[in-house]
Amino acid sequence: MSAPGRTYTAKHWIGPGIIAVLLLLAVIALISWLWSAAHQPKIVEPTPAPLALLDRQIPDGPNAVLLRRGRYLVIAGDCVSCHTREGGKPFNGGLGLNTPFGTIYSPDITGNTQTGIGGSNNDQFFSALHDGVAADGTHLYPAFPYPHFNKVSRADSDAILAYLKTVPGSPYTPPPNALPFPLNLRLSAAGWHMLFFHDHGFSPDPQKSAAWNRGAYLVEGLGHCSACHTPKNTFGAEEHSQAFRGAKLDNWFAPDLTGNPQAGLGKWTAAEIVEFLKTGRNVHTDAAGSMAEVVAYSTSQMSDADLNAIATYLKTIPPSPATNPKAPDANAMQAGGAVYFDSCTACHHDRGQGSPRLFPPLAGSAVAQQNDATSLIHFILAGGRAAPTPTRPSAPSMPSFAWKLTDQEIADVATYVRNSWGNKASPVTARQVVGLRKALKLHKSLPQKDRAAQIDDGGHSRG
Amino acid sequence: MVIRQKPVDVVLVGFGWTGAIMAQQLCDAGFNVLALERSASQTTPDNFATTFDQDELRYMWRHHLFQNVKYSTLTFRNNPMQQALPMRHLGSFLPGTGVGGAGVHWNGQIWRFLPADFQLKSHNEKRYGKQATNGLTIQDWPVSYDELEPHYTQFDLVCGTSGKAGNLKGAIQPGGNPFEGMRSQEYPTPPLPMTYAPAMFAKVAAALGHHPFPHPAGNLSKPYTNPYGAQLGACTFCGFCEKFGCGNYAKASPQTTLIPYIMQKSNFELRTECEVLKVEKTPDGKTATGVTYIDSSGVQHFQPASIVVLTAYQFHNVHLLLLSGIGKPYNSQTGEGVVGKNYCYQTMSSVEVFFEDKILNPFIGAGALASVIDDFNGDNFDHSGLGFIGGAYIAALVTGARPIEMTRVPKEAGKWGLAWKKAAAKYFLRSFSISVHGSSYAQANNCLDLDPTYRDQFGRPMLRMTFDFPDNDIKMAKYCTDRATDVAKAMGASSVTPKAQKAPYSIVPYQTTHNVGGTMMGDSPNTSVVNKYSQSWDVSNVFVTGAGLFPQNAGYNPTATLAALAFMSAQAIKTDYRKAPGPLVHA
Amino acid sequence: MSPKSPSKFDRRSVLTLGAALGSSAVALAHDGMLGAPGQDISGTLPWREGETDAPDAAPTGGWTFFTGAEAAFITSAVDRLIPADPTGPSGSEAGVPEFIDRQLAGGYGQGEHFYLNGPWAKGEETQGYQSRLTPAQFYRHAIAEIEQYVGNANQGKAFKDLDAHTQDALLKQMESGTLKLKGSVDSKTFFTMFLQNVKEGYFSDPIYGGNKNGNAWAMIGFPGAHYDYSPWVTAYNRRLPVKTVGLLGRRGWTRG
Repeated sequence: MSAPGRTYTAKHWIGPGIIAVLLLLAVIALISWLWSAAHQPKIVEPTPAPLALLDRQIPDGPNAVLLRRGRYLVIAGDCVSCHTREGGKPFNGGLGLNTPFGTIYSPDITGNTQTGIGGSNNDQFFSALHDGVAADGTHLYPAFPYPHFNKVSRADSDAILAYLKTVPGSPYTPPPNALPFPLNLRLSAAGWHMLFFHDHGFSPDPQKSAAWNRGAYLVEGLGHCSACHTPKNTFGAEEHSQAFRGAKLDNWFAPDLTGNPQAGLGKWTAAEIVEFLKTGRNVHTDAAGSMAEVVAYSTSQMSDADLNAIATYLKTIPPSPATNPKAPDANAMQAGGAVYFDSCTACHHDRGQGSPRLFPPLAGSAVAQQNDATSLIHFILAGGRAAPTPTRPSAPSMPSFAWKLTDQEIADVATYVRNSWGNKASPVTARQVVGLRKALKLHKSLPQKDRAAQIDDGGHSRG
Repeated sequence: MVIRQKPVDVVLVGFGWTGAIMAQQLCDAGFNVLALERSASQTTPDNFATTFDQDELRYMWRHHLFQNVKYSTLTFRNNPMQQALPMRHLGSFLPGTGVGGAGVHWNGQIWRFLPADFQLKSHNEKRYGKQATNGLTIQDWPVSYDELEPHYTQFDLVCGTSGKAGNLKGAIQPGGNPFEGMRSQEYPTPPLPMTYAPAMFAKVAAALGHHPFPHPAGNLSKPYTNPYGAQLGACTFCGFCEKFGCGNYAKASPQTTLIPYIMQKSNFELRTECEVLKVEKTPDGKTATGVTYIDSSGVQHFQPASIVVLTAYQFHNVHLLLLSGIGKPYNSQTGEGVVGKNYCYQTMSSVEVFFEDKILNPFIGAGALASVIDDFNGDNFDHSGLGFIGGAYIAALVTGARPIEMTRVPKEAGKWGLAWKKAAAKYFLRSFSISVHGSSYAQANNCLDLDPTYRDQFGRPMLRMTFDFPDNDIKMAKYCTDRATDVAKAMGASSVTPKAQKAPYSIVPYQTTHNVGGTMMGDSPNTSVVNKYSQSWDVSNVFVTGAGLFPQNAGYNPTATLAALAFMSAQAIKTDYRKAPGPLVHA
Repeated sequence: MSPKSPSKFDRRSVLTLGAALGSSAVALAHDGMLGAPGQDISGTLPWREGETDAPDAAPTGGWTFFTGAEAAFITSAVDRLIPADPTGPSGSEAGVPEFIDRQLAGGYGQGEHFYLNGPWAKGEETQGYQSRLTPAQFYRHAIAEIEQYVGNANQGKAFKDLDAHTQDALLKQMESGTLKLKGSVDSKTFFTMFLQNVKEGYFSDPIYGGNKNGNAWAMIGFPGAHYDYSPWVTAYNRRLPVKTVGLLGRRGWTRG
């Protein structure tokens, strides 16, 4: 028995066509999300062990100038952070970038010819760095920030390769990326590339100073700062209109770097930006969270001239618009103030003044006043450690409060910090804390809290 | 099976204060340095954070940061007539364990010894005659105060010590200790502000003609960055220093001052959970080849090294020398030998002071928050006719008021029952204690040797301590406690309880973790274990640090002196010893 | 080896992770304990977010170590050492018996920090504790021997049934060591340990089951686990506006 004949018209194609387009968009969105979520490795202690390698003297010789320059650029690009697994040799790859969809592992980029880049030629390397296209023509996942490295000059690319070829490393093959279909198809990376990659390169602005142009080259190129600090649109492409206004990433909020005086760098002088990048500290804050690693491995090793250039460029980013946050609940402020008085004053002191360059002041703190409170909650829950740097080797740390404070107490103390001593930012809810506690896989506070909290506020009236 | 490890230039046995000093000095001089630590890494946010550090039960009474006698203890007796028995529970002293050692849970009292303390025997015999030292086996040190002064200063700069100089390059300074040896520079940070009790004490002591001054403190009065870039914060007076770590980086410790710098050195490595069993020697016994250690899984390793530095706690350094056959063991019956000889302690007394009408809030404290008078310490006063030598500093020391340990009541209220309860409620805020921190001088019976009966978890003989307070020190304690009582009474106290140290010494109540001697330094191999550079007379590539170097103890806390000696030793290793390895002093 | 993520806040799982984590594991073991993961450390001392050596809280609920009869002895003895009156809580009102119960069931009671190997000898008082028993075993023996003594001397009555005056007299005999028990227990050694544990239960942080509501701290005027007194160092002869707080907080932390 034959099926009844059917005539297909254009009308019939619309449905499946829309579905196909939507599917493609969904895949692209997933890839984009994967990029934005996976770009920064999960924060582990900023062990400067790789610095032993980066510090090693390059002996004089015909290639010394090229190699030293290459090494410097590798530092400026913070390659070591993503290309070193825990316990592994620097640049040997294998760090798993965790995403909800699976894990992408960074490849070996040491000089060995088997699994590293020892066999690559300058063209192949430039193609990967500049266009995200591997030697075999496949497209790299945009977890590798080639849209930024696109701005790196050919000469710099050659120098980077020359240095990496000298990095010792035994062959190492990372585990296969654990991605579900269709993300495991390299073709999907090609699709993303086609839609969102623009080969602009870098063109200096003749109206601006040499320092500004150098800063732009570093910030927009090798430094790939906006990969973390700029919000993404639905498809994971950076929202250029929102450039450097801060973005949520891997359970942190990379703060606003615009001239906004409250949440951004508006109150920071160029010299203070330089000090922060060089030492990991300034009067405003300490580098902790994801930025600790960037400072430890990258910016603290850079030249003063380049740090000044970066500061010059950053200081010209126009301020993000002021916000008008909702006023906090009086009960939340009172409870949060009580938690603060007993739990935070040891380091941040009674008026949030902190101890500049050791314990970050909270009064006027940009980190505390971001529109998105993720980083503040993250620090309270899990603690944080300031980057140890050559000039400031101490790593003052905030302990984890996850065991001690309930979600509501954390929300209230965060609200208090965001709205005291002149600070002004939206209140934090217990729900936000619950979510982050879960995402960070932290236990609940001790169940005995209920009983202990019965300690009466009457205080010591009889003694 | 013994695994042979890659050789290093220097192996450090233990990673507390002197291990950190040696590592910093020798890494900067280019040596490859490995520190072996028997216990774990310890950091501020992990192990003594502000979120849980103020926990008297866990840290003080449950020994959370201390050496665990279950795994490592010693035996004790008061005199050679008794059978030594194991110290089954910590009490009298509280050695540390893990990275930072006892430097994590010390009070931060940073004292220099008096110039005369370094010539103790000859100085006293000259002034009071030979009979003044009868019954004591005290000795002069091989170093003078002036030789050590630059190294004391090094330690002050590392810690950021808060205080007020009393003798600046020979000129007496108002407000400081007029009896102290000359300082080449002022303290790095100003003194801590005083709470009510020490402020009152200073006023009254001055009126009595004494010379009060602020205690030199490793709990800092303001934030400080040391010459190695390490940062400390200002003390917030939580009152949990001794027996506790500092949660907010305000107490000088190996962790806050030197370890961050050392860890960044590519020629430094720290290996934890490795207990050194023995120093190994060449067949002729004159050179150390390295150390044998056992790791946490029970596997033994041989760690070759060109230089071995024993940087463990005093007991362990003595123990290792005895077990390794380095130096001649002391025999208290014959008086022969040197290793383990002149074990000394600290003669601790106190005066409890009670008021009816003054709220002292003694919980506002810091490990070295005190007004002190040094008028009755060392030979700062005339001992003619007193029948003893030595002395004590007398301090209104308010380290805090942890209530299990420090709820004081007048004697008549007893230790329990309703009278005790009512007195506790009344006097907790209205009392404090004056510390009388006395010298401890050597006598022939007091020593450390290997126990004939008890063995440790590795099957080695345990260390045996024989100790009691010499009559000299008991008389000193009585005299100095009386002087402290005079001040207490002049303060208008309603009740005063003097607690002068008495014999016999008991290992049960907490007194102090100032165990000294046993590896003493001196001018001759016949009378000492090491020379003035802390170098073994017998095995010239073995160096020993710590309070074991003291021939006897002065009336001060030992840390700054043992730190200065470590700096001095490191200086000799990186200059003279490096040029010509071998004995630095010829016997 | 546990495959658990090391970033979890779970001290026990970290302890069991062992050497699999190599140099990056935080070893939160103490006291020269063998079997803790050895580490080669360079660069910086290890730290991992979310991890910290926070205290274990005492479990709530009924007796975990004492039998009903033992608990009755402890409760009545505790209330002679710290009797009820308007000054502040009695020992049992402060939860001291529960505190001792949890301590004896835990590491302290099991002799976690005691050296208990032989040979054993009585020793001098200056040589300290010389029993082969853990504190938990020691309590069990001591209570049985004391109750046996009390029963023999008082027509079979238990300690709890004696009048306060008789109880006090017995405790004083123990304190001085003049109470001679039939078995191996030295009454003075027991009294010393017991009184110490009572003070611990009365004045330690409420997290351990004693010092209920921080009332013993309030009675003497100790603010508890507060950390920063710098604003009041020179505020002489007056009470501070600092409320009593425990490691787990106080009522004011909760929204009113």
